[in-house]
Order: sequence, then C-alpha cells, then structure tokens
Amino acid sequence: MVNEAAFHPWDDPDATPLIRIEGVTKTFGDFTAIDDVSLSIYGQEFFALLGPSGCGKTTLMRMLAGFETPSAGRITIDGTDMAGVPPNKRAVNMMFQSYALFPHLSVWDNIAFGLKRDGLDRDLVGARVDEMLKLTQLGKLARRKPHQLSGGQRQRVALARAMAKGPKLLLLDEPLGALDKKLRQETQFELMDIQEKTGTTFVIVTHDQEEAMTVASRVAVMDQGRFMQVDTPDRIYEAPNSVYVADFIGDVNLVPARVRQLRDAVMLDWAEGKRFFAKPVGDLTVGQEVTLAIRPEKIAISREVPEEPNRVKGKILDIGYLGNLSTYHVELPEGPVIKCEVGNRSRLSRRDFSWDDEVWLSWSDTAGLVLSS
Amino acid sequence: MNRLSWFNVVSLTLGFAFLYIPMVILVIFSFNESKLVTVWAGFSTKWYGEVIRNEAFLDAAWVTLRVAFFSATIATVLGTMAAYAMMRRGAFVGRTLFSGMIYAPLVMPEVITGLSLLLLFIAIGLDRGVLTIILAHTTFAMCYVSVVVSSRLVSFDNSLEEAALDLGCTRFQAFMSVTLPIIAPAVIAGWLLAFTLSLDDLVIASFTAGPSATTLPIKIFSSVRLGVSPEINALSTIIIGIVTVGVLVASVLSKRQIAQARRDEAMADQAEG
Repeated sequence: MVNEAAFHPWDDPDATPLIRIEGVTKTFGDFTAIDDVSLSIYGQEFFALLGPSGCGKTTLMRMLAGFETPSAGRITIDGTDMAGVPPNKRAVNMMFQSYALFPHLSVWDNIAFGLKRDGLDRDLVGARVDEMLKLTQLGKLARRKPHQLSGGQRQRVALARAMAKGPKLLLLDEPLGALDKKLRQETQFELMDIQEKTGTTFVIVTHDQEEAMTVASRVAVMDQGRFMQVDTPDRIYEAPNSVYVADFIGDVNLVPARVRQLRDAVMLDWAEGKRFFAKPVGDLTVGQEVTLAIRPEKIAISREVPEEPNRVKGKILDIGYLGNLSTYHVELPEGPVIKCEVGNRSRLSRRDFSWDDEVWLSWSDTAGLVLSS
Repeated sequence: MNRLSWFNVVSLTLGFAFLYIPMVILVIFSFNESKLVTVWAGFSTKWYGEVIRNEAFLDAAWVTLRVAFFSATIATVLGTMAAYAMMRRGAFVGRTLFSGMIYAPLVMPEVITGLSLLLLFIAIGLDRGVLTIILAHTTFAMCYVSVVVSSRLVSFDNSLEEAALDLGCTRFQAFMSVTLPIIAPAVIAGWLLAFTLSLDDLVIASFTAGPSATTLPIKIFSSVRLGVSPEINALSTIIIGIVTVGVLVASVLSKRQIAQARRDEAMADQAEG
C-alpha cells in the first residue's frame, strides 16, 4: 500500500504510457459512439471506464481488444500502432461480460486454451495453468465443466483464462455484473489483489460507480462518446469538474446560484437575499450562472443555530434510515430540498429529529464546490 | 399420475391404431408361409432368407447407403458453411435474398427439383448413376441442414468466438475449436436428417438414377408394381426394425443426458453454498 501512495505516473511528465489513444473516433453509420477522445494509460494502472450504458465505454474497450477498428485516430500499445493488428496478434486479453467460457471444455482446458495456441510445451502449459488455478483458488475444480460451477467460480475461471497468457493489458468488461452484491464486493478486493500481485495493467468497463471507485487507480467518466473527466477516484468525488460528473458519482445537492462577489471566497446568491460561500474554482465572473454542489455527508444538522458561514433553516421532509447512516431530506422555505447524511455512530442513540421538525443545516465554506458547467 | 378419462383412452387408441395397424399388418404378413400376401398360411421366416439371398435388393441397399452417406456428408459441410455465413458474418449485400433462396428448395415440389436436375445432367453430359444421385440428394438435403444449423446459431453467444480470437486463434481455428464443437449436436442432427431424407427419397432418385444404379426405394417401388411379394414385407420389416432400434437408442441417450445435466446443476448449486 506504500507503493500505491507513490504510484502516480500520470503526474510524471517523463513517464511513457503503455497505451496511447490519440484522437480516436468511432462511428456506426450515423451514430458516433466515440467522439475524438485522447487518453494515456500507464503500465500497472487499474483504469476504469465508467459511464451509463450507451456512453461508448464498451466500444472503446473493444477497440483496444481489436474487435472494432477506429474510424479515425490512432491507438498504440507499448509504442506499436495497433491499426490492422487482429485480436489474436495483440498482447491484450479480455474478460468478457458473459465470461464466454467454452462450455465443451473443462476449467483446466479453458485456462490452457490460449497457451496451447501459442504452441507452448506441454509441461509449460501445465505449470502455467496450475499457477493460474492457484492464483484464483480454483485448484479443486480443474476437472469441472463451466455449467458445473457457481457464478463466482465462473468469474474466476474467466479471469484465470484471460490472465494465463500474461498479457500486457487485461480488459475487463463489466466483470462483476452477474454477481450478487456481497460476492461482488469480495471479488473487487480479490481483483485488486491479483492486479497488484501480477503487476498487469487492467482496464475495466463498468456502469457501477462504487465498483470503479473501489478498484481503480484512475477513472474516466464517459458520456455520449466523450470523457467528462479523467482523474483519481478521490478527485472525481471531491473535485468533479462538471455537474454531470458530480451528479453521476455519488449523491450530491445541486443548487443553482449566481456569482455575487469574488474574493478569497466566492459569494453566491441562490435566492432572494440568501447567500452561500464557497471556495473559488476556475475562472468565474461576477453575475455568472453557476451550480453549487455539496455532498450530503458534508452537511451538519442541528437544532441550535450553528457557527458555520453557510447555514439554512428548514423543515424535515423525509428520514431514511440505512443502518450505518441516516439521510434527512430538509425542505427550505425558498424551495430547494437539501439532503444531509449523518453517520449513526452510537448504537443506541435516541432519535434527535423527527418529521416536520425545524432544523438548521450548515457546512463550511470549503465543503461546497462551484461548478460552471 | 392422473388416470386417463375414457375420452382420452378412446382417442389414444384410435390415433395409435390409425398410425400403426398398417405397419403391424405388414410385419405379420412378412412371417406368412404363403406366397399370397393376403392369405395367412402359417408362420415362416423363409422370406427373410429370400431377401438376404436376393442380390438385386442387396445391391440397391448398398447403393442407397453409399448415396445417403456421401450426400449427407457433403450437404452437412455445405449447409453448415451457408448457415454460418448467413448468421455470423453480419449484414452483407444480398443477405436477405441469399437466405430466402437457400430455403426455396424446401418448398419446391420434388418433381420439379428432380426434373430440373435431370435436364442439367443431360445438358452437361453427365452419365446418370451413383454420382448424379449423390449430387441431387446433396442439393436438396443442404437446405435442411442449413435450416437446422442456423436455428442453433441464432442462440450461439458470439462472445465465445471472440474469446477464442482474443486467446490467439485465427478465425478458422476459432470455428474449428470452439464454434463447431458447441454446435456439433445441431450439425449431427442435420447430418442424420440429410441421411434419412436420402434413404427415403423416391421421386428425385428416380429422375437422376440410371441403369447402372438403383436405390432401394426405387427397387421396392418397381417390384411392387409387378405385384406385392412377401419378400417386400420382410425387407420392410427389417427397415422398421432398424429405425425402431435407432429411435430407442436416441431416446435412452437423451434421457441420460438430461439426468446428467440435472446432476451438474445440483453440483453447481452446492458449490454456490
């Protein structure tokens, strides 16, 4: 984990990326699936392509695998231009969404499939398959056929098969989509472990933002064939560059406002005679229409008038009890409903607030983010 | 198990009687001592001996088997290729026309297929014999194979083939090592269908057969025209016997397969827990 803290090749101007995507566009007839995107992915990264279905993330991955060719632009892997290189000639392997395990072959033969294609020696194939079985803890199931396995086991076979050839780049298409929530969370950590152990570069496609945040070193948030933001998970969450990203990742309160004053803190008008303060981000001009984004967990709720510069009074509309958290929906007299999340730290805390209570919400001037797009 | 109502019993009885009485009569009279087909004169198996000693029948049977085997095999290769091209290669120019045309011979009256093939063979000066029957049977059996195989390919997961490509196969290797083994049951079913159709066929074979080669159906048909002999009954009984054994074996095998699939599912469920 010490290494992980120091792993920031994308900030190092001298680092050479493993994959370069340069001005790539992909059209299917009239439809533009990928719209002039550029991206560098570095060796040993765990990179996530995140977006709603139809945003082009799968198309981009299939271009890396060689199943689709870019309509324009260039993809290089390890310095080699991939134009015209078929999937079977790329040092790239893919784990398919449906796993695509060969139903007529045993677990062992599934994993050995790619190695046999390479014309490897029998003993070498055997040794490598055993290594993969051990890595994915499938040793006892080697003789089984895919339909004799549970969903989680199939997922591991698919991973072992894709890893067996020791690819430079492993592509994972919604790898955990078919698993139930608990198994999915366990498997996320297994994936990270395996990625760390083998040092392979992973590119994962997912529509599940929690999954992307958990596993990835960097996340690209995609919409309509473009990258909205490419950044580390914490920057994506804490410093989204647009309303789209802020809204797509996690829960957020979005309040439309107008810039009133620009000093060390931005002063925003959000309703007649009502002001919020926030840290300035980017170029803002007085009078500009903006959106204030505040995460619900950064808002405090209290009965007494709080000290914070940003405070509003409202009435509790809804209370959601999630066990670890409670969510309060507070309606302000000016109209907006603000969500506020409070951790339930003690087991037997009495209910402080109830429906229709008048409460104060407050947050610091660094908690909110002013977004101009 | 529910008890059958009297209505069901009656309809079952009538239905099966309708289907099987002709065959039962045929089988019974194959053991008739008398040369007259309709008069029972005691039990005998002498007609079976006659059949086995009848060289014309044996020759015809041998021709029929060879024709069925080769035409089924060629039709399976061509039909599978056609089905694969239509189902897997996405849209190409004229695909709809092509897929419509491959099914056309299914609805074409056999007489027309036979006649047009006859005209073709005469035009190109091909002597009619075993080869022409094989060609003719391949032509019409190919459509059936392609229908059977493409219905399997519809539900075939394309990512399996992509996975094979991804793991280093060329397109041909991917087809041979992944696609073909998975669709094998349909391909085999297609072959069996083509084989049976060829065994059965009388109309097309009689157009394309020459003096040098006669198939069993033609032989039976022409000898019946000279009067039904108990020998034909014996021959038919042998064929019925072979078919029955084949059907029984197939149903036992498929029952076993279902039982195996159930056990596998139970195993996977256990693994889940």
